[in-house]
Amino acid sequence: MKDNTKKSFDIKSIFRGGLGQLTIPIIAIALLVIFNLIRDPSFFSIGFSSNNEGNTVLEGNLISIINSASELAVLAIGMTLVTAACGGQDISVGAAAAIAGSAFVKVLKSGSEIGAGTVIAAFILACVVAMIFGAFNGTLVAVFKIQPMIATLILYTCGRSIAYWINGGATPTVSSPIITAIGSFIPGIPVPTPVIIVIVMIVLFKLLFRFTSLELLTQSVGINGSAARLNGINTTFIKLLSFIFLGICVAVAGCIGVSRLGLINHETLLLDIEMDAILAVAIGGNNLGGGRFKISGSILGAYIIQMLTITLYAMKVPSTDVKAYKAIVIVILVVIGSPVVKQKFNRFMTQLQMKKNQTAVKEGGKA
Amino acid sequence: MQEDCLLKLRGIEKRFPGVRALHNVDFTLRKGEIHALMGENGAGKSTLIKLLTGVYSKDDGTIYVEGKEAHIHSPQDAQNNGISTVYQEITLCPNLTVAENIFIGRESNMVVKRKDYEKRTAEILSNLQIPARPRQQLGNCSLAVQQMVAIARAVDMQCKVLILDEPTSSLDDKEVNMLFKLMRDLKARGVGIIFVTHFLEQVYEVCDRITVLRNGELVGEYLTEDLPQVQLVSKMIGKELDELNNLSEKDNVVIEKGEVFYEAKGLSSSSALPFDFTIHKGEVNGFTGLLGSGRSESVRAIFGADKVNGGTVKIKGKQVQIDRPIQAMKNGIGYLSEDRKGDGIIAELSVRENIILALQVMNGFFKPISRSESEAFADEYIKALSIKTASRETPVGSLSGGNQQKVILARWLLTHPDYLILDEPTRGIDVGTKLEIQKLVLKLAEDGVSVTFISSEIEEMLRTCSRLIVMRDRHIVGELKGSELNQAQVMRTIAGGETKNEG
Amino acid sequence: MKKIKRLTSLLLAIVLVFGMTACTSDTGASSTGGGDTPPASTGSGELIKVGVVNNPPSESGYREANVKDMEAVFSKDNGYELKTFYSIKNDEQLQAAQGFITDGVDYLLISAAETTGWDEVLKKAQEAGIKVYLFDRMIDVDESLYEAAVVSDMAKEGETAVNWLLSQNLDTYNVIHIQGAMGSDAQIGRTGALDAQFASGKMNKVVQQTATWDEAEAKKIVETVINSGEDFNVIYAENDGMAKGAVAALDEHGITHGVDGKVIVMGFDCNKWALRELLAKSWNYDGQCSPFQAGVISDFIKSGSAPSSKVIYNEEKGFDAKTLTQEDIDTYGLGE
Repeated sequence: MKDNTKKSFDIKSIFRGGLGQLTIPIIAIALLVIFNLIRDPSFFSIGFSSNNEGNTVLEGNLISIINSASELAVLAIGMTLVTAACGGQDISVGAAAAIAGSAFVKVLKSGSEIGAGTVIAAFILACVVAMIFGAFNGTLVAVFKIQPMIATLILYTCGRSIAYWINGGATPTVSSPIITAIGSFIPGIPVPTPVIIVIVMIVLFKLLFRFTSLELLTQSVGINGSAARLNGINTTFIKLLSFIFLGICVAVAGCIGVSRLGLINHETLLLDIEMDAILAVAIGGNNLGGGRFKISGSILGAYIIQMLTITLYAMKVPSTDVKAYKAIVIVILVVIGSPVVKQKFNRFMTQLQMKKNQTAVKEGGKA
Repeated sequence: MQEDCLLKLRGIEKRFPGVRALHNVDFTLRKGEIHALMGENGAGKSTLIKLLTGVYSKDDGTIYVEGKEAHIHSPQDAQNNGISTVYQEITLCPNLTVAENIFIGRESNMVVKRKDYEKRTAEILSNLQIPARPRQQLGNCSLAVQQMVAIARAVDMQCKVLILDEPTSSLDDKEVNMLFKLMRDLKARGVGIIFVTHFLEQVYEVCDRITVLRNGELVGEYLTEDLPQVQLVSKMIGKELDELNNLSEKDNVVIEKGEVFYEAKGLSSSSALPFDFTIHKGEVNGFTGLLGSGRSESVRAIFGADKVNGGTVKIKGKQVQIDRPIQAMKNGIGYLSEDRKGDGIIAELSVRENIILALQVMNGFFKPISRSESEAFADEYIKALSIKTASRETPVGSLSGGNQQKVILARWLLTHPDYLILDEPTRGIDVGTKLEIQKLVLKLAEDGVSVTFISSEIEEMLRTCSRLIVMRDRHIVGELKGSELNQAQVMRTIAGGETKNEG
Repeated sequence: MKKIKRLTSLLLAIVLVFGMTACTSDTGASSTGGGDTPPASTGSGELIKVGVVNNPPSESGYREANVKDMEAVFSKDNGYELKTFYSIKNDEQLQAAQGFITDGVDYLLISAAETTGWDEVLKKAQEAGIKVYLFDRMIDVDESLYEAAVVSDMAKEGETAVNWLLSQNLDTYNVIHIQGAMGSDAQIGRTGALDAQFASGKMNKVVQQTATWDEAEAKKIVETVINSGEDFNVIYAENDGMAKGAVAALDEHGITHGVDGKVIVMGFDCNKWALRELLAKSWNYDGQCSPFQAGVISDFIKSGSAPSSKVIYNEEKGFDAKTLTQEDIDTYGLGE
């Protein structure tokens, strides 16, 4: 009997670890990779080339995918936290990123020359601005208990007007080697800088989870706010905090977006990215109703969405159809990841596992 | 005899990964009988019921309904076989009328006109003598009536087998009697009722037969009159009741009064009227009174769970401010709330995470408990409280009620509180665990922890508490200790026969 | 303690809400700013009263230049009293037009948010003897209801650009065509001429994809083509921003562009920063989409003569990097 429980415990843990939350995104990535390899075996080939500034850089579709998904990946991190703590999503991240990006450009353009100091100051201001707007959203959600989607609808609606108000002109441009380095490549490093920024963000958040109890507290608040409160957790603070962290992500994404082209168009910067960010969270197997979360899932989700877009571009799918194809794939992914299908799948796996167990036990008995 | 058999289960097997939930279980339900299904948590009662209602599928064995083999794979199958279930939590729609609730989701719903089904409902209600009107909104009815409407719905759907899963746990005595009347009525009509409850007295009041399960196996089937209560308990927990008796002896031991640990004067909250309260180091006291008497509200005020409005609080003679749970926790107070699901467990988190939660909160945001440390804590308490779980990483929501309660107890014990408030820690859990919790309370007191213990079962409180505070209509109406600690005296005080001054 | 926290968070929220309404009302204020001309001017009598219903300047760089131009041309110095109203909502625009009619303006200038719903208001204007000019955008009403519409000929912009491209006499034309938001006037007009070339076989379509005016999206499209290894020597982007996105992709992959470069880069709208790229020879061509209708309309008003045609196309240029001057940038460039 004892052996039995021990064995099943092992199986269960493997089961959880291997086929848990990340199953769907990993399978999705695998399918996309296989599909592309069949379509065009050289799709994922990576090579070195020299860019117009004379640096040796990596190039290839894979690099493009990972590079262009950077803003989405960063936003997905913050969105995951907000989703986990508040059980709702922030739909204003695109607009807020436009504001942060505008603030970034505003500072860059304030001096005659753009030095490292100016860029740092500009980034810090962008962060502060985005955090203030995050706090605004967070206050509406955590203190006034407004549904996150409704609360953030306000900023979603007026955010891009605020961005316009910061800089006036429709597409102010900034040109500086530092900005180019942030947006594309640092001389001597062949990896696109936005990719490096994503890695830094992931490491920072991992450290945050490592050295604070944020993960446990956030999940507790998201799953059962009432119980969390009675265990001494300041639920308002945790929710507010999640929005402030999202604010930082928004600022980072906004600054990457601006730096890529050295220009800000408040109308199009990270347009519609909120929906992709929410999708990334969902595809990553996180419950949109809050609670347990996995940042890695959301980041995978972001790369899946981007891989899908690039695949469709590479297939030269007519521009008007791209969104429809994207929608089909996403519907499939989200349905596969839905609790109903998951439960059915788990039940099936359990039965399979049990049959194996039985035969194993029988064989063991014979021996 | 054979044709009287409504439901016959033979050799039922059900396995979950790592757990054999049911092994070779037989169960027989006859026409016009009320049959109690008894057992500790984890004995297999719920699994058996879920097999009958089509939530789970059996791995082996046969189910016969009226002599014919039945295959139940979905709740729809169960209904087609005449098996209906009424759960502890009302599963009807509170914002619809009684009539709508009885007819909702049934095929006839499409054709039958409102007037017709209201008329039909009126008939059913008067037939079963349920005190409700067809057009009354269900949410406005008392819990008992809602429960009865759910039963009426089942009866009207031509059910032959009615399963009542803990129907009485949130009802008061009067309501329970109403429900029993209805059950006897149905019994007279030939309906077979499977009754699942933790209240032993109720089993003896209303049941004809008792089937006892333990560890997923059948212990036996007995006629109620042949099985004294003490024997029933021993069959359920699988050992003789010496320990229970040992506990009973302890109620005479009056704990020497040590220093005062906690003292409140005029403490009030948004839901509790001002009251005074003192507890000594190593003392076990209880708050008793009927539901709604204010006993839970008072202890919530002590913990700062509700908005505190006024009063002074002293801990070890020093004045402190407690108006948020975290302040209470920092002052060494722990609180297990009466609503285990709503205010206790974080269902999707693992047993481990649930156990370390309160300690983590007290440690603060920047001092996370490391993985290995938390695993050690979890293992320690899983062992100490013998929590039955597949692993420490199992989501706590999938444990049985008693084990969930133990996890929350572990959570508070891990904070090493000086004062632990336990509001209904034994509600809805099996006898064995109840006993363990009572023992734990006494052991904590021996170790110098002050405990406030609240239970709806007065006997349980008499066994564990050395002092009882009696509340009525949100006021403290008496304080009993020593020789006054007997059922009759408590009842009298609750009923208001005699008001004692605080000692 | 708790109360203080609540209070601060409440304050924070209030401040933020105020900040937001302040800035929205700020744009609102600047939009009605023109209407705030001192009432004294009504006394002077000689001023011509003009009501302008337009989209808000925040819509685009184009609109911002358009609004600035209107305010500059219809200034007091030029003998006008200007009332303005800016909104992207048709019903608000309709109400404002109604208000201008009631105020008794002499001329009503409209760039409508939507093409429908204007019949009644324009009829009322006609009854009141107010002359109506449409600018930038057409409206679905009977021609008799307005004096003239001064608009950009998007199709012609496309033709000018494509003709310029043909004049480059390349051996082959392998074109990456990045489109604007599908269905918009600018997209339809600027796509048409190029589609004709694709159809005739004079130019090869490497890819034709919409980036919905989004710079980053344009970059992705070009990057995908580069990664696929397909050959191309022209990028035809339907606005400056998307051209900039495309160029960023070229730069990252070490592909030369502009005058003497491998790839010809074409954009539209004549933003100042884009024209500067031309001046630096890193782009080749930028097509103008003139927001300057005010001068044309003012000429009609001042001369008192009726326009010769109901639809008057604004004269628009195409700039070649080889011939562009700093003076052109100062005159025709939008923004800063």
